Amino acid sequence: MTTRRQFLNQTAALAGIALAPGVMLYDLAHARPTGESASGKVRWGMLIDTNQCSADCDDCVTACNTENGLSGGKKSTDSQWIRKIELKDLRTGRQTALPMMCQHCAEPPCVDVCPTQASFKRADGIVLVDKHRCIGCRYCMMACPYKARSFVHEPLHDQKTDVPRGQGTVEACTLCVHRVDRGLQPACVEACTKAGHQAILFGDLNDPQSEIAQKVRSVASVQVRADLRLDPGIRYQGL
Amino acid sequence: MKALLLTLLLFATPVWADGGGLSPKLDIGRGGKCVEDEATMRRLHPELIRHQRDETLRLGIRGGKHSLAECVECHASKKNGSVLGSRENFCQGCHEYAAVKPDCFECHSSKPRPAVTGAAK
Repeated sequence: MTTRRQFLNQTAALAGIALAPGVMLYDLAHARPTGESASGKVRWGMLIDTNQCSADCDDCVTACNTENGLSGGKKSTDSQWIRKIELKDLRTGRQTALPMMCQHCAEPPCVDVCPTQASFKRADGIVLVDKHRCIGCRYCMMACPYKARSFVHEPLHDQKTDVPRGQGTVEACTLCVHRVDRGLQPACVEACTKAGHQAILFGDLNDPQSEIAQKVRSVASVQVRADLRLDPGIRYQGL
Repeated sequence: MKALLLTLLLFATPVWADGGGLSPKLDIGRGGKCVEDEATMRRLHPELIRHQRDETLRLGIRGGKHSLAECVECHASKKNGSVLGSRENFCQGCHEYAAVKPDCFECHSSKPRPAVTGAAK
């Protein structure tokens, strides 16, 4: 005969077992195992719903600055990895707000023009700058149609351990590669969700089961300057 | 003359034996067992971290054992929490002695991760 207390204990133990593997599965499915390189089967991307993006909110920008150790200054020489943009259709008066950053193109012009191969695309589609090779020529900044890159003009101090940055090199949104590799979402996505807007959806565009792949299949979305055929990994909804 | 030379030698020997007090006195921070033995690390640490940085950055291989961040994690001085700062600090002390300028820390952090974000999720 099982007492009520025994029954409750057993149920709690079972629930614990069921929960633990679930948590493990979630972590393993998202974080790449130690020693494994980024997979070419993955294509990281974002779907930004401009209808959910509020003009007076810049939580994504603040989160990016905090995560990556940017000053947040607005001088032309200050680094900015993500910025808020407002558009107005003059005929209809419709206003749209959206965040703009490195679009992580499949055919990135910044990589084409880089003379030292410092600008490169990782196997999983994230476009990065190898600052060990960057000579600061800024060709990539001129080549980028999205004005996504910044040049570090001044010496920097107290950089983040996971986000090395230095004077004389070009930098841009890394899609929070250090977080993505740990199975987390980019900082801007997390901040947007936290603010209740849920305007940015991040995930693997190549995985048909992923939320982002299902959504881009079902709703109309565009790539900015799709005419350039750079095939950006960042898509916009409601533009 | 011989006596003079001998006397000189006698006085000189101890100076050579302890390196003349010239070798760097380093604050090794937390220290402990390193990822390679001491001789290998002394000779090859630039190659080891340079090799791993390319694999990590360009191929996305995480969690390798030759990580600059981990060097800093163990060897930051307990006094100023950094591997740089004075002749006693782990990286700066030895590099000054060898007259080699490391440019790692123009971009990379010379301090360990703050305790809160340091814990891997």
